Amino acid sequence: MAINMHEYLLDVQDLHTSFFTDSGEVQAVNGVSFHLDPGEILGIVGESGSGKSVTAYSIMRILADTGRIVGGKILYKGDDLASYSEKQMQRFRGKCCSIIFQDPMTSLNPVFTIGSQMREAVVLHTEKRGEEATARVIELLELVGINEPKKRIKQYPFELSGGMRQRVMIAMALACEPDILIADEPTTALDVTIQAQILELIQELQKKLGMAVILVTHDLGVIANMCDNVVVMYGGRICERGTAREIFYHPRHEYTKGLLRSIPNVNNMKTKLVPISGTPINMLCMPKGCAFCTRCDAAMKICLTEVPEELEINEEHRAACWMNVKEAFEEGGDSE
Amino acid sequence: MSDVLVDVKNLKQYFPVKTGFFKTLPLKAVDDVSFSIAPGETLGLVGESGCGKTTVGRSILHLYKPTGGEVFFEGEKVTADNIQMMRRKMQMVFQDPYSSLDPRMTVEDIIGEPLDVHKLCSSRSERRERILYLMETVGLNAEHARRYAHEFSGGQRQRIGIARALAAEPKFIVCDEPVSALDVSIQAQVINMFEDLQEKLGIAYLFIAHDLLVVHHISRRIAVMYLGKIVEMAEADEINAHPQHPYTVSLLSAVPIPDPDIARSRKRILLEGDVPSPLKMPSGCAFRTRCRYATEKCAESCPSLTDRGNGHFVACFNQ
Ligand SMILES: Nc1ncnc2c1ncn2[C@@H]1O[C@H](COP(=O)(O)OP(=O)(O)OP(=O)(O)O)[C@@H](O)[C@H]1O
Ligand SMILES: Nc1ncnc2c1ncn2[C@@H]1O[C@H](COP(=O)(O)OP(=O)(O)OP(=O)(O)O)[C@@H](O)[C@H]1O
Ligand SMILES: [Mg+2]
Ligand SMILES: [Mg+2]
Repeated sequence: MAINMHEYLLDVQDLHTSFFTDSGEVQAVNGVSFHLDPGEILGIVGESGSGKSVTAYSIMRILADTGRIVGGKILYKGDDLASYSEKQMQRFRGKCCSIIFQDPMTSLNPVFTIGSQMREAVVLHTEKRGEEATARVIELLELVGINEPKKRIKQYPFELSGGMRQRVMIAMALACEPDILIADEPTTALDVTIQAQILELIQELQKKLGMAVILVTHDLGVIANMCDNVVVMYGGRICERGTAREIFYHPRHEYTKGLLRSIPNVNNMKTKLVPISGTPINMLCMPKGCAFCTRCDAAMKICLTEVPEELEINEEHRAACWMNVKEAFEEGGDSE
Repeated sequence: MSDVLVDVKNLKQYFPVKTGFFKTLPLKAVDDVSFSIAPGETLGLVGESGCGKTTVGRSILHLYKPTGGEVFFEGEKVTADNIQMMRRKMQMVFQDPYSSLDPRMTVEDIIGEPLDVHKLCSSRSERRERILYLMETVGLNAEHARRYAHEFSGGQRQRIGIARALAAEPKFIVCDEPVSALDVSIQAQVINMFEDLQEKLGIAYLFIAHDLLVVHHISRRIAVMYLGKIVEMAEADEINAHPQHPYTVSLLSAVPIPDPDIARSRKRILLEGDVPSPLKMPSGCAFRTRCRYATEKCAESCPSLTDRGNGHFVACFNQ
């Protein structure tokens, strides 16, 4: 490999993460690779339980006790995170990469004021102390669009609405201007108006601070609105990736196609919805071949036994489905 | 038989909230709401978080004693005395499938409870048969009847809640955010199931949800609430194509459309400021503090919901 190859902000290579439970090893993430450039917004969609959150937690190294990264590499600006001590990791978590969790109520401590919790984050991750730290807290609250921040810092989480709490979480995550913001379902609990405000805010901050964003969500509308590139996950693997336009208009994996068919059609509300048939996979007994094969209408023999490799559809699009291999092969055969 | 199954008239639900040592203020969660639902019809109910959607549903079922107004079911007024009887025909599926089912009960007991309460089965074998039939109806595996609720996934729990609501063969179900916690594909399964049951059994729904695409898909008519009041109500297609109230317009513009080209070319109309506290409501129209068309008149009195033709109701002076 060339020495001067492009160095990514974040480069996840063949990540494997497992949980060792009483009923056996759960291979939650099973060979995931992707990279992120500064200022990019990458969307991760996928079925519930497909390993989206576990991928995010692996990057931050905040897995449950039973979870372990069992393979692969995560490089931050070329540095292997595995070589970081816990101390360096702590620095990484605030300064380089922050995460916003799905539920703002459980991630804020109910017995402390907004101000004291935010100050703690500022003090932990920056040199600022005393008056200066308080000033920074107020500045951050202003940045996320909370009016009268001087009053708000004296309030407790339950005194704020859901949307305001989520903004406080974002303000905390931004305390030391990280290079990467991971947002794990940041708006699932919110109504559409507040959701739009929060998404607009993330976009604005991404532009203003040049921050890269990993946005995890199962809302395809949110992905279409926000993301440059999209990764689709199924059963612990990436089954398809590409630009948002490629994924929405020319999906090449049967799971992605099924997902897009499941959403109500804006132009024809009277047609029946088409869910993906079959039951979600059981992580404890994964199919031998393609994880989606038991639910796929187009499944062939090879799908049951061999895991499909990712194939380049075009420069902006890759998919891991044997159908594409078959088509490429047949096209090749025709022309020769 | 009239074509009205549920008739809600001037429903009010105020909660007393302590604001000081001796002071209590009424929180007007639902303030003078009227609508009706025909047999076998779905009315969608949408609006910002905290605007009173859940409270409307709960007040109809007398889970709260309404502060004012009346609810008629099949022409008969719902009262504290007859609600037990009525509840057989009016059911509710709750917002959260994780906390609304007792995790220590088996699926069989959860679904069987309304059968026992209303004494609908004469023998144990009949009860068992009915439970298995209900599980099958909602697409649950009958072999799992003896399992506990916590052993199921979110989508499956939602189905358990629905099977329970169906047990007493209701004519009307309040569905409070029944699909919000689910993944898109499972969401599609559950919505199809609601539609199939409606076709088969002629059930009417009050369908509350955040996702406006889903609401549009399942509803015949949609009512939009803002701070305890209905501000607009019309046929689903009509309200989506020609929204009148400024709040509805902004709500619809905020729906994330799952299509990158449309999403990027569309202009969202973001509202300034936060929702006013329901304890300190503005005078006149509650929306005026965030409305770009607001005039003095809007501060003086509150516009009433009036018919603009074709059953399209709007509460606004300016639009
Ligand atoms: N602590 C744990 N112990 C055992 N298994 C776990 C644990 N945490 C996650 N898993 C399993 O790992 C898999 C991936 O979980 P993950 O939380 O990443 O899913 P997800 O894609 O984020 O789903 P969702 O959309 O529902 O949030 C799931 O099958 C889950 O059951
Ligand atoms: N039991 C109660 N006591 C006091 N106030 C209540 C009670 N239940 C609801 N409220 C208040 O009534 C208002 C309406 O609440 P409701 O739960 O009906 O809103 P909603 O429209 O269902 O919101 P969401 O979309 O977040 O579920 C809110 O201001 C809420 O805080
Ligand atoms: Mg998750
Ligand atoms: Mg509610």
